[in-house]
Amino acid sequence: MTTFFSQLFAGLSTGSLLLLIALGLTFTFGQMNVINMAHGEFIMAGAYTGYVLQVTFGLAAGVAFWLSLPIAFVVAGVLGLLLEIVLIKRLYGRPLDTLLVTWGVALILQQLARDIFGAPNVQVVAPGFLDGAVKIGSVSMSYTRLFIIALVMLSVLAIWLFMTKTSNGTRMRAVVQNRPLAEASGISSPPVDRRTFFIGSGLAGVAGVGISLLGSIGPTLGTAYIVNAFLVVIVGGLGSIRGAVIAAFAIGIFNSYTEYLTTSSVASVLVFVAIIIFLQFRPQGLVVQRTRAMA
Amino acid sequence: MTDSIQGDVVGTDAANLDAHIDPATPPPAQNKWQGFARGQIGLILAAIVFMLIAPSLLSEFRLDLLAKYACFAIIAIGIDLAWGYGGMLVLGQGVFFGMGGYVMGMYMKMAEAGPGNLPDFMTWSGVESLPLIWEPLKYAWIAIPLVVVMPMLFAFLLGSLIFRRRVRGPYFAILSQALAAAFVILIIGQQGATGGTNGLTNFTNFFGIDLNDTASSTTSLYYIAIVALGICYIIGRQLVRSRFGRLLIASRDQEERVRFLGYNPATIKTIAYSVAAGMAGLAGALFVPIVGIISPALMGIVPSIEMVIWVAIGGRATLWGAVVGALVVSWAKTGLSEKFPSFWTYFLGLLFIIVVAFFPAGLAGLIKNAIAKVKDVIPGGPAKKTVERTATETPATEGAAG
Repeated sequence: MTTFFSQLFAGLSTGSLLLLIALGLTFTFGQMNVINMAHGEFIMAGAYTGYVLQVTFGLAAGVAFWLSLPIAFVVAGVLGLLLEIVLIKRLYGRPLDTLLVTWGVALILQQLARDIFGAPNVQVVAPGFLDGAVKIGSVSMSYTRLFIIALVMLSVLAIWLFMTKTSNGTRMRAVVQNRPLAEASGISSPPVDRRTFFIGSGLAGVAGVGISLLGSIGPTLGTAYIVNAFLVVIVGGLGSIRGAVIAAFAIGIFNSYTEYLTTSSVASVLVFVAIIIFLQFRPQGLVVQRTRAMA
Repeated sequence: MTDSIQGDVVGTDAANLDAHIDPATPPPAQNKWQGFARGQIGLILAAIVFMLIAPSLLSEFRLDLLAKYACFAIIAIGIDLAWGYGGMLVLGQGVFFGMGGYVMGMYMKMAEAGPGNLPDFMTWSGVESLPLIWEPLKYAWIAIPLVVVMPMLFAFLLGSLIFRRRVRGPYFAILSQALAAAFVILIIGQQGATGGTNGLTNFTNFFGIDLNDTASSTTSLYYIAIVALGICYIIGRQLVRSRFGRLLIASRDQEERVRFLGYNPATIKTIAYSVAAGMAGLAGALFVPIVGIISPALMGIVPSIEMVIWVAIGGRATLWGAVVGALVVSWAKTGLSEKFPSFWTYFLGLLFIIVVAFFPAGLAGLIKNAIAKVKDVIPGGPAKKTVERTATETPATEGAAG
């Protein structure tokens, strides 16, 4: 029973990080049909933000940590915005080419990180209040992972409120659902695209700060997460927050249990097989947007 | 069938096909295509002659590299079939390369250990008895066909599952990448059976070729690789020129229309994907004796995308472009990455961005344009217009596929 709950907890914690990363992807993918392979490097940029605050600016772990959350959001968001303005804007309608181009960007960003911070991994000191764990029964839950889950829940809630309650969010949803129709109704789509990219990339930065709490960080940090985050997008269905939430936790928990029952290397294969089987039944993901398009 | 007519229906680019559908464009003049085909044949002959006499021109070290690049070019032909002609962006070809490599590597290890003995690395990691998957690889008559058949079967299974449900475009690309990620983790995890992160290495004998005697083995392996490359090129060329090739291009550009015409695009794409996988497997099997190692680091996400880069830079949807791309990029990598590792990464990233975003037809497109311009100046003819279309229209068709 203990293992059942501790695996569940581990799954929730992995799933929540995946969710935060996948949210940004699902928006850009759903709204602009853009597959941003550099998203992983935005995570990396977010993770290094905390490191820079601590090491370069010499801030104490606690202060640096609270500051790094908003700053990482802005840093990663600006990177995403630049990418959108300089490259992606020119490539709309060519999803596969965007994928390749953003991979080129990812390659450059990784090398930049390597040249600036060095190839070996570095450690971000976690703030003191995150030391320790809560024990419920015999299940031990570390404050760090609990904090990450809470952080993700808050971010998701904020995004959901933004999408449903604000006029900018409504515009975003309109463009996701039907771009030509949204444009015909007087929504100028380029600013909406830029906003989406900023927010989506910013979330990746926040995820990076969360990841930096779990262990050392390095230039290729993002690649470890990006593939699974894309799988979340595929399983969840494009542009859907609800789908992404379900898919992220499902994949996180499935992975956690199969890892426990087999080994981590077999688990990654089983997750892949499970997704292929899932796609046999729901090729367009959990939450399907109904259109009359031939797809 | 004369060359000129064949040249007319090749349809190496979607734009060429369009030229026939689009009534506004007059069909290209016959003599232009004849001239182009002749030029192409000349280039191919020159390449063949160079490849044959290369052993007497190049040092052993360079020849070994060229043999390695030839393996890469075989992968590139496969990727070009799947991606350039079929519109399936395959981001996990490293898996199939690795399958071929591991099958061949395992066989070579078994042959070296001799009957009844375990391969050396197994003893190091404390494995007592031979893992079951190694059993069939004792026999050359199983191992050799398996090098190609195993990746093909695997791709066929995966492809039919994915394409049957009309999962395509970016979804397929991501799934193929996830396959690479999962497969690499699996191989690393099975230390005892696969050699883990270290992979398989220290090979001494490849079907009677003594790999320690590098002076003679390099030349023999080089010829084997070059012949394999030639065969794969011919297979690719025949496929592309056949009815199947035209259906493949049609599925890339207008999948629904192909379906309405009564063909099954899923089958067409699955076949192309399987052929690409088979070629990658063959390349892996040849790579092992030439380079002397197969390990997870050679087949993960990053190497798999690098394979796509060769085709992107060389020029998708032209087979010779893919071959040239693989050779040129690998050659540049060897030359530059050793001296300036950091600079090389920036350079590769930038080159990739610029080529994909602004010159989707790659080197092949630039060369074609240049030839067309020269032709335009000398005899005067309608060559220029058609070829310019080729270069500029690729993005539009790519968009339709996604």
